[in-house]
Amino acid sequence: MSLAARQRGAAAEGRSGFNTLLVAATLLAALAAPFIIYPVFLMNVLCFALFASAFNLLIGFVGLLSFGHAAFFGAAAYVTAHAAKVWGLPTELAILLGALAAAALGFVVGFLAIRRQGIYFSMITLALAQMFYFICLEVPFTHGEDGIQGVPRGTLFGIVNLDNNLAFYFVVLAIVAAGHLAIWRIVNSPFGNILKAIRDNEPRAISLGYNADSYKLRAFVLSAGLAGLAGGTNAIVFQLATLTGVQWQSSGEVILMTLLGGIGTLAGPPIGAAITVGLQTYLAAIDFPVTVLIGLIFVVCVLLFRRGVAGEILAYIRKRK
Amino acid sequence: MIKAGFAGAALAALLATTAQAQIANNALKIGVLNDQSGVYADIGGKWSVEAAKMAVEDFGGTVLGAPIQILSADHQNKPDLASTIARQWYDVDKVAMITELTNSAVGLAVQALSAEKHKITINTGAASSDLTGKACEPYGFHWAYDTHALATGTGGYMTKQGGDTWFFLTADYAFGTSLQADTTAAVEAAGGKVLGAVRHPVNNSDFSSFLLQAQASKAKVVGLANAGLDTTNAIKQAAEFGIVAGGQKIAGLLYTTAEVHGLGLKAAQGSITTEGYYWDLDDKSREFGNRFMKRTGRMPNMVHAGTYSAVMQYLKAVQAVGSDDADKVAKKLHEMPVDDFFAKGGKVLPNGRMIHDMYLFQVKTPEESKGEWDLYKLLATVPGPQAYFTFQDSGCKLTN
Repeated sequence: MSLAARQRGAAAEGRSGFNTLLVAATLLAALAAPFIIYPVFLMNVLCFALFASAFNLLIGFVGLLSFGHAAFFGAAAYVTAHAAKVWGLPTELAILLGALAAAALGFVVGFLAIRRQGIYFSMITLALAQMFYFICLEVPFTHGEDGIQGVPRGTLFGIVNLDNNLAFYFVVLAIVAAGHLAIWRIVNSPFGNILKAIRDNEPRAISLGYNADSYKLRAFVLSAGLAGLAGGTNAIVFQLATLTGVQWQSSGEVILMTLLGGIGTLAGPPIGAAITVGLQTYLAAIDFPVTVLIGLIFVVCVLLFRRGVAGEILAYIRKRK
Repeated sequence: MIKAGFAGAALAALLATTAQAQIANNALKIGVLNDQSGVYADIGGKWSVEAAKMAVEDFGGTVLGAPIQILSADHQNKPDLASTIARQWYDVDKVAMITELTNSAVGLAVQALSAEKHKITINTGAASSDLTGKACEPYGFHWAYDTHALATGTGGYMTKQGGDTWFFLTADYAFGTSLQADTTAAVEAAGGKVLGAVRHPVNNSDFSSFLLQAQASKAKVVGLANAGLDTTNAIKQAAEFGIVAGGQKIAGLLYTTAEVHGLGLKAAQGSITTEGYYWDLDDKSREFGNRFMKRTGRMPNMVHAGTYSAVMQYLKAVQAVGSDDADKVAKKLHEMPVDDFFAKGGKVLPNGRMIHDMYLFQVKTPEESKGEWDLYKLLATVPGPQAYFTFQDSGCKLTN
């Protein structure tokens, strides 16, 4: 085991120079971006990037297609918004509470869903997410279709004024970068290797003595918690939490983002999120219905580059080597 | 000749620059933000954008020498996307006012954001009376209708017309239950009685069991406390069950010409609705309706007509105060009476609510109708002050 790990480590080292460069370039671009592109739009992209990456942690590295991930994103948004607005909690605590609530919800949903495989797993997550949607529609604290509005952005640790879009952008960037770092650590850890083993061949992983269900549940809770981190942050950015967040369409959208970017790649989901949110925002002013256009792009993507943007680029680099 | 034209143009340009000093950024930009591809695309949609453009053209295309531009965007019913677009409009494009704002989550979000940024919103698309109630803002206006006006119009005036026993089909969420409560209050105030109510899930496709209960209740009026597809589905199926043919009346509480036209008179005949505008009311409304028809191929409903009226009134206010400064324009909008084809003797309350007469209509039968858009006959006019909350009752905390 340790020998194998070391060998993998050595192999990874050859690529790591290039990878470090790539990560550094991405970070640099992210730091410069708000001076060129409208920061609120970028914050929206970042939140969905983390959401898609959290979803990708399940589909890409454990092979679990959750069709109810919006429940975690939306639940965290509601909890964060309520905590910040009604309980008056500081912003950072409110977001943390949202993420924890999403993780707790993830435990319940995951606990029930991982008992089944494949399509049955997906259907259970969808069913539970729909139940959660109807709860959100009915309970008083979510304010039904009006949603929670006018959530104060507050300050970070009482110092940074988050009403300033530029300052808030860097806070969101830090949160989302931390989330991605966590995902990267999870994927490249012994725990992550076992997840991948379960994805590739579950009976074999079980026969090696791993408790597959327990690993899957832990991955599910982590993914839900990270999706919640994204949802809570999004709620503070836009100062609202509404039913749109918990709708099944949002679950579908995150699948779309991940597919567009490339399932099972770390760079893919953020790319997919940027494309989807970018289209939704910048095509909103054209006469042609945006939703139809996004659907068409999705069809083209599935037909022409099935591995997604990042997936195709990776495949191209591998082929050239 | 050419020289004279040139000199004239130069003079005009000179005059324009002096006047433009009052308009920030040398152009007055108005944003129309609504759903253009989803469930509300017919109620408002890009037709509202056309209505806003018509208002600008009728105004002359410029105000105080500065050109007027209409920006529009489809928020796809995503409040966070609507918020991104609105912020971008304010911060980058320097938009002075946003209108339409269909769907109450979007309306409330953008109204709160705009108040923070000291910008004016005139909502013509969303229904929630909270916009000028507990969520009211000094820069927020609500123009065409609201849930309270629909409920009092349909509930109170139907009861006075003899429809004094009611049964509700209510969408099972806050919007439906509050609409039912408002209507019940209006029915009871007019001396009517509610015999029962049944709640159905939102986006329901099968109303048969609910309609059978409504039929069995023997209530004179079946009130539909729901919206959009739920209303049209319920009315379609009610026609199949022969509810209207059996002597009961169907009253849609949020139901406009766009839906009636979509349903067709055969299914919609006899149903009752309250609207703030109908194209065939008088000469002025017909004039606008026909112009809108020529341009878009359809007759406007109260959201489209309301958007025209709101944009026109806003431009008049800008003209009157000689500046696009939000504080001055908001003050003027509060003071100025509204008198156009849409609102006769309309006035704006301190909470931003524009009160104007509402109308109770019955949908014509196919035999009565003389054309594709000949849809309604007028049952009653509901005077504005009776239809809408007074400032004191609205729950708005603003001090005058």
